[in-house]
Amino acid sequence: MSDYVIHGGVLADGRKADVFISEGRIAEIDIAISNPNAAKAIRVDASNCVVLPGFVDLHTHLREPGREDSETVASGSRAGAKGGFTAVSAMANTFPVADTAGVVEQVYALGQATGIVDVFPIGAVTQGLAGQALAELGAMADSKARVRVFSDDGNCVFDPIVMRRALEYVKKFDGVIAQHAQDPHLTKDAQMNEGIVSSRLGLKGWPSVAEESIIARDVLLADHVQSRVHICHVTTSGGVEIIRWAKARGIQVSAEVTPHHLLLTDELARSYDPIYKVNPPLRTEKDVMALREGLADGTIDIVATDHAPHSAESKECEWQAAAFGMLGLETALSIVASTMINTSMMSWSDLADRMSTAPARIGGYSDHGQSLRIGASAHVAIVNPTKSWKVDRDLVASRSRNTPYHGMELPASVIATFYKGIPTVLESQLVRSTNGI
Amino acid sequence: MRHLLSAADLTYSQAIKILDTAQEMARVSEGPVKKLPTLRGRTIVNLFFEDSTRTRISFEAAAKRLSADVINFSAKGSSTSKGESLKDTAQTLQAMGADAVILRHSASGAAQRLASSHWTTGSVINAGDGTHEHPTQALLDAFTIRQHLRVSTGDLRGLTIAIVGDILHSRVARSNVHLLSLLGAQVILVAPPTLLPLGVETWPVQISYDFDAVLPLVDAVMMLRVQQERMNDFFFPTAREYSHYYGLNADRLGLLKPNAIIMHPGPMNRGLEITAECADSARSVILEQVANGVSVRMAVLYLLLAGAPNEVGDQGL
Repeated sequence: MSDYVIHGGVLADGRKADVFISEGRIAEIDIAISNPNAAKAIRVDASNCVVLPGFVDLHTHLREPGREDSETVASGSRAGAKGGFTAVSAMANTFPVADTAGVVEQVYALGQATGIVDVFPIGAVTQGLAGQALAELGAMADSKARVRVFSDDGNCVFDPIVMRRALEYVKKFDGVIAQHAQDPHLTKDAQMNEGIVSSRLGLKGWPSVAEESIIARDVLLADHVQSRVHICHVTTSGGVEIIRWAKARGIQVSAEVTPHHLLLTDELARSYDPIYKVNPPLRTEKDVMALREGLADGTIDIVATDHAPHSAESKECEWQAAAFGMLGLETALSIVASTMINTSMMSWSDLADRMSTAPARIGGYSDHGQSLRIGASAHVAIVNPTKSWKVDRDLVASRSRNTPYHGMELPASVIATFYKGIPTVLESQLVRSTNGI
Repeated sequence: MRHLLSAADLTYSQAIKILDTAQEMARVSEGPVKKLPTLRGRTIVNLFFEDSTRTRISFEAAAKRLSADVINFSAKGSSTSKGESLKDTAQTLQAMGADAVILRHSASGAAQRLASSHWTTGSVINAGDGTHEHPTQALLDAFTIRQHLRVSTGDLRGLTIAIVGDILHSRVARSNVHLLSLLGAQVILVAPPTLLPLGVETWPVQISYDFDAVLPLVDAVMMLRVQQERMNDFFFPTAREYSHYYGLNADRLGLLKPNAIIMHPGPMNRGLEITAECADSARSVILEQVANGVSVRMAVLYLLLAGAPNEVGDQGL
């Protein structure tokens, strides 16, 4: 195993320092590395760059098992590494559903075999994501995958009794229920945010209240049973307000926002191009601004990608026939830089918290999100804030091409990623020799 | 202009040009030889993913009166079901050399999607897309109103037109709101609050829940079909209550101005949104709407397609 010196960069807090990585761990951080072994180490140039802890995604769709045509654990891992991630969380809505110890162990093993990011499976809350009966949460928690986050993502855990029991049950192993907040009755056949645009386009509306009413119910349930609830992909200004209120009351709620909801609005649906069709839907400018404020002030704890690869044919069709979802791993950093750093709403240190420290804490991923400190596993993302790049859907590492940013010039580039001290990305390119590539 | 996808895309002068051209076409249809050689050798496809015999035969008659070759293609289902996808169907028609595709589809935006894809190079005419738009219906409605209430030229300034019923799910209403207001008419939407879309206050219209209060004000009243499935989705309590408040009946006929006309895009639910008495009354122009549909569609096809092959469009539209 080679040692590395990341030279000439700036840390999240603005301090200029080199980082010495030895035996997969961070061995020294200093303006000049004093460790004698550093002389033999490989130097990685980080001039003009910010050296950050590797990013952690709490919401990723890797599609394996079942939809390997759109993504695999390996291809999704590569997309993650390219985006500066060192850990991703595989959502449970696969075929078969990740609702048993067997499936989560399989996904975990595939991640380990690829070996360029940690893949932490998220277990289903209910059997088959059907919302009726609890899946074997304990067996998944005790499995080799050590599942701590449970979600029926794609579906809402709508039955309040089921939700209550799930919240209570996971207290046994400090688990968390990640809720996809969507009242299914208020959103039957819904296609996009309900508002001025949906009314014009004749697309069935998806009201904000369908999300907010579930968030409100679930923070009250979490309070009642004194458990942890995590709100997936918050999209509405009202949702942010409810979470802010809940946190002020001391309720154990955490929340995520996706990069696309920080940037894009429902105006894009006017094209009827299903590349903008996503669940939950793109909302209005007012919501986007509230989400940014919520992320900046910590009401929203983390950025999570909701990376949702889809085959070409599931997007090359009428809006109503198209699948929900868009890619996110490879563009997340740039979108967050664009919406939060370049607007001066957040610092790089805040970004490191929202994209690494906080998601690792919520997920219980103890090897990740430790900031850059001596002795920690060397999970590192090196970012050049001034180097912009043009998104080309034909050049993505993901197996699918459904990025809404195709052709856009985005600020900030991931220059290098280190996973357990091994470079998975150098000079913005995946390292070919790394295991699994 | 290469396509006709939405009434919202039309400029004032384009709309007037279509109506004036339709007037010319109507004259042809009244003559002994109801046919023009204009589109000889051009292939027009009626691509219907949703059943609509009336609209299909109206377009078919229009195309045939312009001497075009017409292919009727009923594609059942879409990529959501087991049927052929819009893309594959469009590419198949393209390979067969279609100069224009008249598309009827249950998905909102299907026509725009087809026009902005590379699946076909021909003109796309929206013959109704989901709950979005039905621009030729609005054009024939405007044409009919103009014929009756104007001297068959100019716009609709000074006229007040009520559109009554299920605005929320109506592509006819959406197209008419755009077109009638573009032509200067005052549009009043009349419906129970459940059947008005969110944000309707941003539309260039007045809103009323009270049909009786609106009737004396209008020059034309356009009744919309109430779909049976709305009954099961709590939009209103019962069909009887709907008819009571929003149905056009003999009593309400008496509230109309003497010259006001009654319109309906068809097919009608007699006894629900309109009684037979009203539908068949002297004020009803419902059958004229059908006849005018052919003239308006001839005008649209002519303006989009007339000219040398491969130089589609820009014939003044």
